[in-house]
Amino acid sequence: MQAFTTLSAIAAPLPMINVDTDMIIPKQFLRTIKRTGLGVNLFDEMRYDEQGNEKPDFVLNKPEYRNAEILVAGENFGCGSSREHAPWAILDFGLRCVIAPSYADIFYNNCFKNGILPVQLPQEQVDRIMEYAQTTPESKVHIDLEYQIVKLDNNESFSFEIDPFRKHCLINGLDDIGLTLEKDKSIQSFEDDRAQNQPWL
Amino acid sequence: MSQPRTLFEKIWSDHIVHKDEASGTCLLYIDRHLVHEVTSPQAFEGLRLAGRKVRKPEATLAVADHNVPTSDRSLGIKQEDSRIQVETLGKNCEEFGIQYFGLNDKRQGIVHIIGPEQGMTQPGMTIVCGDSHTSTHGAFGALAFGIGTSEVEHVLATQTIIQKPANNMRITIKGKTGPGVTAKDIVLSIIGEIGTAGGTGYVIEYAGEAIQDLTMEGRMTVCNMTIEGGARAGLIAPDQTTFDYLKGRPMAPKGENWDKAVEYWSSLPSDDGARYDKEIVIEAKDIVPNVTWGTSPENVVPITGNVPDPANAKDASQRASMERALEYMGLTAGMRMQDVDIDKVFIGSCTNGRIEDMRAVAAIAKGNKVAENVYAMIVPGSGLVKEQAEEEGLDKIFIEAGFDWREPGCSMCLAMNADRLEPGERCASTSNRNFEGRQGRGGRTHLMSPAMAAAAAIKGKLADVRDFQD
Ligand code: SF4
Repeated sequence: MQAFTTLSAIAAPLPMINVDTDMIIPKQFLRTIKRTGLGVNLFDEMRYDEQGNEKPDFVLNKPEYRNAEILVAGENFGCGSSREHAPWAILDFGLRCVIAPSYADIFYNNCFKNGILPVQLPQEQVDRIMEYAQTTPESKVHIDLEYQIVKLDNNESFSFEIDPFRKHCLINGLDDIGLTLEKDKSIQSFEDDRAQNQPWL
Repeated sequence: MSQPRTLFEKIWSDHIVHKDEASGTCLLYIDRHLVHEVTSPQAFEGLRLAGRKVRKPEATLAVADHNVPTSDRSLGIKQEDSRIQVETLGKNCEEFGIQYFGLNDKRQGIVHIIGPEQGMTQPGMTIVCGDSHTSTHGAFGALAFGIGTSEVEHVLATQTIIQKPANNMRITIKGKTGPGVTAKDIVLSIIGEIGTAGGTGYVIEYAGEAIQDLTMEGRMTVCNMTIEGGARAGLIAPDQTTFDYLKGRPMAPKGENWDKAVEYWSSLPSDDGARYDKEIVIEAKDIVPNVTWGTSPENVVPITGNVPDPANAKDASQRASMERALEYMGLTAGMRMQDVDIDKVFIGSCTNGRIEDMRAVAAIAKGNKVAENVYAMIVPGSGLVKEQAEEEGLDKIFIEAGFDWREPGCSMCLAMNADRLEPGERCASTSNRNFEGRQGRGGRTHLMSPAMAAAAAIKGKLADVRDFQD
């Protein structure tokens, strides 16, 4: 997994609440057996018309936001299906960070497994960053995970909370499975106990 | 005496393999793992690349459901990428030694229908699946939640998951429900009340007389849609109804083990005085048959009600989202719900594709005809549901009434196979999500109970099931 430390990038504003994973990547793109290649279909139904032409007013189709690496959105981002294709599509498009007031659990979790940082900030602060992204699209947003800070070009800054274990894994690009396998002895003895006490399992 | 504990706390503490005291993060043991074709290929690929094995293949069961055709199976899967995905699952199961119900196995069906049906889902277990509706299995008093593909790989390799404990909420439905009110109406009312993010960070335990009165099928419907309220999992305390459902199922404990299991299961319900982080009480008598009007499951109105007006929204962002939903749904504020014409009806999904749902539809369909302008499909949740329905003669009632009786799978719940809505088509659906495009690009979904969907099929518009009952 790619580590996440700092990022200075253009932020694309998507002022919608309840953006669900069906919107992020519709089901017809879930038939893949790979993790990559989903970026062109990110937000497919909002991004393209029925003939497959780009809709010019969708934020990621506007020239000033095409190279965005940060997405700013409304509350309950990523609700709905558990599909990890959603963060895969986000990452494949080139976005490394989402900023929103709240997230759906599974999506939030999936981000960390893919080197994407989901920043959670109070509504007023997200509103402020949204406005900044809308009014000065050329300005960058700066993120420092180590110090848990989001900064704007005018030096306005917002600090965010993050679980220390998740932060550690993200900063170091650590693979969970490798970490868990180090605890193999504990897993084994847990299984032995269960076989004793709950033989029906 | 020890502290009173909730059902959730008991299951959680019984599965901790390791706890990091500083952060509270736990390594949690997983008893059962369900796998389907859409969210697993990348996980198996990951194992292969790292040279890892599946730690406990016998704790895992796989089935193809999302992509499968619901018409004649002997023709195979036409769509190439769908076929490859299903074949890949078969091959992966063979390579890693996992039990797999193939397309022509009569036990094949939607992953959340077959787990309980086989008796694989049991009280007190931890159960995961790469699918958000894993919450369904909470109906048995099992802690069951959806995970992403990276976690699927983690569970395959280690039989554990890394997680922090959730907050614990109890929703009590007090008293008895009125006529025409089903489990679906209960859960839609709950989501209408708490909102789609109301449960975020929580595991919700459902309690109260109206919940206890439900059959296992009804309890599964309620827990299924817990994820639509944003919660990590739903739970219902196991009781005699649960044990009766499980007894004798192929994967349920047998003989002496059955007695031991029941003894343990009986110790699981929350202790008196156990503390919840949040409590909500709803009066059962306030719940009426309802439908959704918009593009979020929280957009719930009574079937006797009207399309709401964005002018009454609580703030600007809610108003914008209501306006967008009304435009997408092709509805105008103030319109009577019962005046909304429909084009299609979909009965099925992991929410309402079980035998009891089939019976509820048959009760309304019997002696009636599907309206002329409507195409209505019934997709049983599994091959065994289909078989049972046919044994009871329900298929004849459906066909006689003009319904299309199909093969099991996810079908038009998410329209990954050939079953879908065309742009602008409006559907009365028993599934769980009315998101934009969920049942086909531009398709318009109204969620409701199976009985209400059957009533809509017959009237050709959204209808009150109580008009069909005496
Ligand atoms: S029936 Fe629908 S919600 Fe259930 S598993 Fe299939 S696609 Fe998902």
